[in-house]
Amino acid sequence: MSIGRQKKRFGKEHLQRIIDSCRSVEEKGIDPFLVDVDSILAIIHKYFPEWENPEELCLDAEAVHQVASAIKLQSEWVKHRSTSLYTDPFLIEEKLRKLPKEKIAMTFLKSWHPIVELEQISPHSLAEAVKYWQSLIPLDERWQKTERLQIETGITTREELVKQQIIAEKEFSKVLEVFWQELMQKATSKDKIEYWDFIGAETYEETVRRAYLTSFLVTYGYATLEVDRLEEIVFIRPYKIPIPTVGNKQAISLPIPVSVDDWKNWKGGVKD
Amino acid sequence: MKKKTYYATQLKRATHLLFFKRHRKPGVKGWELKKRLGADYPKILALLNSYLEKLDLQVKTVFEKGKPSEKPTRAQLDRAQFYITLRGGLTPKEPKMMGWRVDDIAGLAMTISTIIAKKGKASREEVERLLRDKLPGWRVNVNIDRYIRAGYIDQDEKRQLYLDWRTRAEIDQKTLVDLLLLE
Repeated sequence: MSIGRQKKRFGKEHLQRIIDSCRSVEEKGIDPFLVDVDSILAIIHKYFPEWENPEELCLDAEAVHQVASAIKLQSEWVKHRSTSLYTDPFLIEEKLRKLPKEKIAMTFLKSWHPIVELEQISPHSLAEAVKYWQSLIPLDERWQKTERLQIETGITTREELVKQQIIAEKEFSKVLEVFWQELMQKATSKDKIEYWDFIGAETYEETVRRAYLTSFLVTYGYATLEVDRLEEIVFIRPYKIPIPTVGNKQAISLPIPVSVDDWKNWKGGVKD
Repeated sequence: MKKKTYYATQLKRATHLLFFKRHRKPGVKGWELKKRLGADYPKILALLNSYLEKLDLQVKTVFEKGKPSEKPTRAQLDRAQFYITLRGGLTPKEPKMMGWRVDDIAGLAMTISTIIAKKGKASREEVERLLRDKLPGWRVNVNIDRYIRAGYIDQDEKRQLYLDWRTRAEIDQKTLVDLLLLE
């Protein structure tokens, strides 16, 4: 991999980490001053000349947006601390835990001044009611029984049921066996094949079907997945003999998105 | 029209406007009062407020961006929302008549004070965990949803809870926090 590409990848990872940390500060209500704005801006600035395509620029914009949100939180934090309402949240939580609910309710009653309000029907809601009433179909029309369509029973064929997708053409286990054989054939060179090269097909529907079957190959111990963390590539390695996975070791779930964009990218790469 | 008669008529008009709920939410905006009562509506509201004192009621003003530190300007008053609220507190038996059980009130107090302490925003999970300490598990979610429906709190798409319009109108937040800390 060239140095430029590597730098780009590091940059993207860096920006993603910035976005995630800013988001977690916002979502979890952590002290916003944990976000070191100066150093983050320096990082964003450093990688900015590398970005070329819209996707990269969007990531850059998102990082800047998240930093701006963190700065806003910092400003709110300072404002809140300077108000008379500032109380240590842990102190309040401790108090609430210790006090019995009756005591809490009685304390609340001293600071509660409920609104006095009288509800009445307005000319507008009366007009709405009249409109609704006039649009109602008479009861005898509403309660009319819908006539059922009667069809005589007949005989159907297996082909017809397959066509209507009520039963499968082949048994699922047989489909899986054939698919496993295909995987073993394709993974001859290094005993493994890149995941997308195996599941990728001419149409998106077929690609999804192949991804679905591959997930069963892995779950049932016909194959395993290997992830190259550095290159972010997933390989699939078939086993010569299926290895039952249940009870051997703790299963790890590996979600792999198969979106239309991923499929288009893969297809574009294959054509190139 | 004599001055006395004028104010008597305007007082009646203000009472009708403020007591009867005419929108989805109770209360009247300053600009609405200005339109119906005239430019000196703050004076009429002050008169009404002194009348209501004998009945343990008050005219409550809720400003759009929190209570101003100085005397509110005309523009701030026009954008504010006015309500009639109870002036004093409720006796322990009264909430029951309004359909609030001790559990509900304690839950509301805990929810609001937690949000205040957390700078006006707390995650629903955090509040749920705290409420489970005092309320039966099945009531926790039901109660939080009730507080949201009533307008005491609001929830965003990230399940963060905020104080809503009814809390700002009905609850003296500073008193609540101070009293809890004194207990």
